[in-house]
Amino acid sequence: MFAAAGDSMLSHGMKQTGSISVDHLQGVILAILNPWVAIGILLLLGFFATYMTALSWADLTYVLPATSLGYVLLALVAKFVLHEQVSPMRWLGIALITGGVGFIAGGPELTKQGHASDAGETAAAMTTAAKAPLRAKDARNGAPSGVEP
Amino acid sequence: MKSVYTWSAILAIVFASVVGDVLLARAMKQVGDVGALRRRVGVIAVIGRTLGNPNFLFGVTAMAVAFFSLLFALSWGDVSLVAPAAASLTFIGNAVAAKFFLHERVDRRRWIAASLVAAGVALLAG
Repeated sequence: MFAAAGDSMLSHGMKQTGSISVDHLQGVILAILNPWVAIGILLLLGFFATYMTALSWADLTYVLPATSLGYVLLALVAKFVLHEQVSPMRWLGIALITGGVGFIAGGPELTKQGHASDAGETAAAMTTAAKAPLRAKDARNGAPSGVEP
Repeated sequence: MKSVYTWSAILAIVFASVVGDVLLARAMKQVGDVGALRRRVGVIAVIGRTLGNPNFLFGVTAMAVAFFSLLFALSWGDVSLVAPAAASLTFIGNAVAAKFFLHERVDRRRWIAASLVAAGVALLAG
């Protein structure tokens, strides 16, 4: 439940960063003279609030890559809404970011860690949770390890 | 000479935003689970607690410094260099800082993720 809420929060924030950057594409000077800037500031505040909320649930090294999906979203907006040309290098960048985020979101141990409600619990969950996948990975690689949990 | 300026401004951005992120993360760990807290004491109290946290205030200050460094960097260098360099170095710097200052367990999975995202951001922003 928390994970779902966090995810929706994050995607909410990401969409907001996306639209702000789209505003910026029109030119920073134009944006300053533009009434859009008020909306932009509101969106930025909204993004910041959701970002802080996410930080209260999960590690910085978990939240930060996840927010970088905003870049991907921005590129997709550029492609499908603004009909900009997206070069192969940018597609590669999108693939790399998506892969990286998938990598970090892959293990259930990370969501469990995100659920911990205070710093002490987070730290405890972190050490136990982070060890488990490493062990599992070693086992998969054929390393002799008898410590299956 | 100009590139020296540009790169020192980029390093200033990276340093300030890493400091800001670490302080903000620490502040939110001190405030605690925002969802649970909101149900217990209400939204206003959560906002008050967050804004009253010294780490939060220093973090926001560092973010402001990062923003002005960005303006300086942009006045000296091209966007196509400054934006990707600052963004991707910030990801790497944050992974290192989170390990040492927040004592987060940055395992192999997270290093790979941080590097992939940094490379991807560099390609996208470039």
